[in-house]
Amino acid sequence: MKFLPLVWAILWRKKVRTIFTLLSIVVAFLLFGMLQGVNSAFKQTVDRANVNRLIVANSISFTESLPFSYLSRIESVPGVAHVSHQNWFGPYYQDPKNFIAAFPVDAEREAAVYPERKLPKEQFDALLHTRTGAVAGRQLAEKYGWKVGDRIPLHSTIWVKKDGSSDWEFDLVGIYDVPSDPAQENAFQFNYQYFDEARSFSRGNIGWFVVQVSDPARSAEVAAAIDRLFANSTAETKTSTEKEFQQAFLKQIGDINLIVTYILFAVFFSLLFATGSTMMQSVRERVPELAILKTLGFTDTAVLALVLVESLALCVFAALAGLGLAIAWFPSLKDAIGIASMPPIVFVEGILMAAGLALATGIIPALRAKRLVIVEALRS
Amino acid sequence: MNAFVSLRDIVKTYTRGKQAVEVLHRLNLDIPQGDFVALMGPSGSGKTTVLNLIGGLDRPSSGEVTVAGERLDRLSGSGLARWRAHNIGFVFQFYNLMPMLSAERNVELPLLLTSLNKEQRQKNVRTALAVVGLQDRARHKPSELSGGQAQRVAIARALVSDPTLLVCDEPTGDLDRATADEILHLLQLLNREHGKTIVMVTHDQKAADFATHTLHLDKGQLVEASVAAAA
Repeated sequence: MKFLPLVWAILWRKKVRTIFTLLSIVVAFLLFGMLQGVNSAFKQTVDRANVNRLIVANSISFTESLPFSYLSRIESVPGVAHVSHQNWFGPYYQDPKNFIAAFPVDAEREAAVYPERKLPKEQFDALLHTRTGAVAGRQLAEKYGWKVGDRIPLHSTIWVKKDGSSDWEFDLVGIYDVPSDPAQENAFQFNYQYFDEARSFSRGNIGWFVVQVSDPARSAEVAAAIDRLFANSTAETKTSTEKEFQQAFLKQIGDINLIVTYILFAVFFSLLFATGSTMMQSVRERVPELAILKTLGFTDTAVLALVLVESLALCVFAALAGLGLAIAWFPSLKDAIGIASMPPIVFVEGILMAAGLALATGIIPALRAKRLVIVEALRS
Repeated sequence: MNAFVSLRDIVKTYTRGKQAVEVLHRLNLDIPQGDFVALMGPSGSGKTTVLNLIGGLDRPSSGEVTVAGERLDRLSGSGLARWRAHNIGFVFQFYNLMPMLSAERNVELPLLLTSLNKEQRQKNVRTALAVVGLQDRARHKPSELSGGQAQRVAIARALVSDPTLLVCDEPTGDLDRATADEILHLLQLLNREHGKTIVMVTHDQKAADFATHTLHLDKGQLVEASVAAAA
């Protein structure tokens, strides 16, 4: 600790250079925090997927529909406990930027497959008995200030009603909570019957089935049995776990992990050279001062440590600032990714990255400082 | 009398390019404790090399260097560094202060290598600055000090860990006459009243007159020793 004021003073020896170096590292770690945070948030969504649930989708793509008639056949497969079905409704609320994850569902089947959603009984009953009834997750309802009893207009980007309109109106009859996974509270469900009767095309088809298995250990066996049922039909199925399905869904956007890795690799590779050359130049300029420290009794190892700590202080201080900014800005991404705060693991990864960067950029100048011969350095 | 500083059969050879240049040729030298010695001689005579050997900054190619009973030529690099931290104070021609540190922080530097706590370090720093008469300049950076003041800070830094030996390489070489005399008076005071053994390299006969003894080097050998009239 007693050396910290010395390290701090050395760090600010050339203020302008230090500020620019700090800024470049801050920006890099801000980028790291945001990108890795998004990546991690997506991973967490996948990781939270329920192991009891299988998704049965069209083998061509999950955007291709399946006949509603598959429902009873899937229910007959041994090991299947409950089956529900969903469609991708693709609506927005008031403005195209207000995308809503909305699904027409069979309320009773949905409740059996998603027992983690907590909806008061009277609201559930209201959903069953209201043709245009809908329920929303608490986070979604709070975001738009919706209350039970409100009439919610949604504009579907896919589904046109028989009257030619894409504007659908729903009566909000309930608001549910998902204590085990609040990220699920950003969805909106409404009665499939209303949807199927009102839509102008593709009636009798659903997007995909959600199957709850009685024994997760038999998931693979059940999945294979379901797919065998529809083999060689006009709409073959591909059954996967909820986790695999979500991974495949995210890949529709792109391989986020790969994209993030490439971007961060490019950023940190550039940073390595920028910070490394700054440290080299800094040590080169301080040769006589380092020689004086050695003259005063600092050992070669102490001087090496001093330069490394300097590099560490620079990188970690800047990383803390960058990650701090990322934490502050992360909530603005909530609408897009559904997670309000940066996962703590990203912060830990960032600090470890900063330490690695410090070591990589500091080791060569530190070794140079260590090897300084006092008499020659003083002469220079 | 046992010599405080003893050089025996010292040979020092430097390699310049492909050429080996012998700077000191079987040099023998004894300095008693409490002495104030001026080392004089023409450029290239080996004065600074002798000073570097005594201060443990360099090693002889052969021969024995003994200071305060310690064989410096036998110490490892880190052992030598630790020995310097506890036994030697250095004063250079161009002060060699850390430009980004205040006077008090510069003076504190050698104490960072000790086990003293912050309060004890600050107390010692204040004492050292008081000895050189610069208490009121403690918070100033080297760029805010005159040459004489900067050299006083350097002397305070050399004194702060209470070493027995001060080695000074042209300590007045960058100062005007009046300021140089102030610095030399200060060194004389440290020698006479604080018992510091001082070895000073100088080109300046007037500076050498402040020492109790003057040793003359030429071509790597001791050619003459004289007792100076006290200035």
